[in-house]
Amino acid sequence: MKSEKVSLFIPCIVDQVYPEMGFAMARVLRRCGYDVSYDPRQTCCGQPAFNAGHWDQALSVAEVFVDVFKDAGCIVGPSGSCTAMVRNYYPRLFESHPKRETATRLGENIFEFTEFLVRENKLDRIRGSWKGRAGYHMSCHSLRELRLGDEGLRILKRIDGCEVVEPAGEHVCCGFGGVFSVKHEAIAETMGGARLAQFRALGVDVVVANDPGCILHMRQETAARDERLPILHLVEFLDQAMDRASDGYMEQCAGGPRC
Amino acid sequence: MLTLTEHGGFRKRAAAKARDPVHHEVIAKAIASYEKAFEQTRAAQFTNWQQARDLAAGIKDEVLARLPEYLEQFERNATAQGARVLWAEDADQARRHVVDIAREHGARLAVKSKSMATEEIDLNETLQRRGIEVLESDLGELIVQLAGEKPYHIVTPAMHRTKAEIAALFHEKLGVDLDADPQGLTMAARRHLRQAFTQADVGITGANFLLAEEGAVVMVENEGNGRLTMACPRVHVVVAGIEKILPRLSDLALFLPLLATSGTAQAMTCYASIVRGPRQPDEADGPQRMVIILLDNGRSRLLSSPLFRQSLRCIRCGACLNACPVFRTIGGHAYHTTYPGPIGSVITPHLRGMGRWRHLADASSLCGACTDVCPVRIDLHQLLLANRREAVRGGKAGWFWPAAMKLWAWAMRDRGRLARLRDWGILFERLGRGALPAAKRRRVPRLSRKTFAQLWEKNEQSR
Repeated sequence: MKSEKVSLFIPCIVDQVYPEMGFAMARVLRRCGYDVSYDPRQTCCGQPAFNAGHWDQALSVAEVFVDVFKDAGCIVGPSGSCTAMVRNYYPRLFESHPKRETATRLGENIFEFTEFLVRENKLDRIRGSWKGRAGYHMSCHSLRELRLGDEGLRILKRIDGCEVVEPAGEHVCCGFGGVFSVKHEAIAETMGGARLAQFRALGVDVVVANDPGCILHMRQETAARDERLPILHLVEFLDQAMDRASDGYMEQCAGGPRC
Repeated sequence: MLTLTEHGGFRKRAAAKARDPVHHEVIAKAIASYEKAFEQTRAAQFTNWQQARDLAAGIKDEVLARLPEYLEQFERNATAQGARVLWAEDADQARRHVVDIAREHGARLAVKSKSMATEEIDLNETLQRRGIEVLESDLGELIVQLAGEKPYHIVTPAMHRTKAEIAALFHEKLGVDLDADPQGLTMAARRHLRQAFTQADVGITGANFLLAEEGAVVMVENEGNGRLTMACPRVHVVVAGIEKILPRLSDLALFLPLLATSGTAQAMTCYASIVRGPRQPDEADGPQRMVIILLDNGRSRLLSSPLFRQSLRCIRCGACLNACPVFRTIGGHAYHTTYPGPIGSVITPHLRGMGRWRHLADASSLCGACTDVCPVRIDLHQLLLANRREAVRGGKAGWFWPAAMKLWAWAMRDRGRLARLRDWGILFERLGRGALPAAKRRRVPRLSRKTFAQLWEKNEQSR
């Protein structure tokens, strides 16, 4: 990617529930030197219906997504899951569809935030400070669909004073799974509790994750228990940690609303 | 009890287990020790695990591409060794074969090794109804049999039982001391079983592999009771799924360690028996008769589907169960299927009917852990997704979700419509939130007062 322009992909959960994550990502990208744009016609990639088996509905929504982004160039979003939907599953969803080629091309131009920064060699632009222990939760789709590795960890380790930890052993799902967590609430809750217990055992001050779906689910879990463990998106964490650093980038950034 | 769908019952059973912290602890402990040992064994046993998986998947695919030929080759070669090969299209036919054989030999007592194929056809119940006693010879299976349960896991059937529970069970059923240690319990089971081996008329086993070129049956185990089941009684009956075929003996060099590693995190199982036919004229022991029943029971349907054929590569190692966060949460009994966990949710709707079993595929977060561990590279989470799609396309997904998804798609296709639906959502949320119990209320996420799209526009204008 030579272009320094990026187009924001704001997943439906961010648009509807956590707009602050979108602004945090925009600010961090701007600090890294990107010219950020956003097309408000975008709504959702179609994954909720796709994963529930309703491919006709998924396709009708994905068609809009493809139209919105077809000339966008480089697209960056704060979700491994939604990125995987476009990259890995659009070719299948658009099989024998006139827009298949465009849809497949989108998959090559869309990036999850952490993979984008590492791929673009922008790690040195990340400077900030935060003192404490952060547990990193990478989403299953980042790990097993996008095959991401230590991108998120490498980014977090750029923050002075931040000790980054991950639970040992095989990566375990937080229990979100989209419609799954609605259809099988009890299972999803227990899975969420088990995942959070791993972080609690590590004595973390904050859980940092790279997917709004996981965050929604884990926040539900902490809210239900009235627990004070903060769960932040990596972009929010960076945005706040970078604020604390007097790195001269502040003036360039317009402040979005903070929730 | 006949119900049109298992869905409601499954949801209830799953939720109950999910909220049972004792169950969670027992299973978490068992699986944690498996996982740790698995990593060590895999590293010691395979220099290139991914290549081993590719190779195994390739061999299985080659068999499945020409399965009828391989099966006939197996039949010819097994028959030449003196075994009788019978075909069973469905469970009923398989049961009738076994009952006929048992009657032919005047059997009163049968011993049985651990076998999922016999579970699949409810063989124990059938034989018992006809006055033939069946004794499970695998320790884990014996435990669940004495407890009146079905196997919890396809490899470790009594995984959910603690030592104390087993001691109490053996105390009640076998008169063992309540404070017996694991060794004492095992010895009690051994005494109980050894007698039966000498008295049983029929030994029933499954098969882990069927070797086409040798006409041989391969069975792996850790206790040695399986080989006594094969060898002691006068008649040896094998019930095996048609997908168990491997081309030849040399393929075991890959498949035995693969199965042992994925199944029980062992480099090799303690026993691997390879048997060809009944007792030969120059042999001193072994059964007088050997009958091999090749079970289809819906497998041909999987074979004929280009997408689902890969599920017949399965060697029933149970690795996907262990890796599955849903299985770990709800356990093996909630499913009410012979094969629980990801592989069961993939194949059961095809073996036993989509209408009644479609809900199984919904019990997955599609995390993909199953696909990552499968030693024969079955794309398990993709097939779960395919089952969901098939249920929707076949009109078997009920009315609520199809309607909800239509509304959702209608709104998501257009920002203006989405805004209108959202207004309703916020109103609904305000009204509905109060009606929820407090614990639930805290859990339900709130829609943001403005969307990112609205805020962005405002923000950019002021920039």
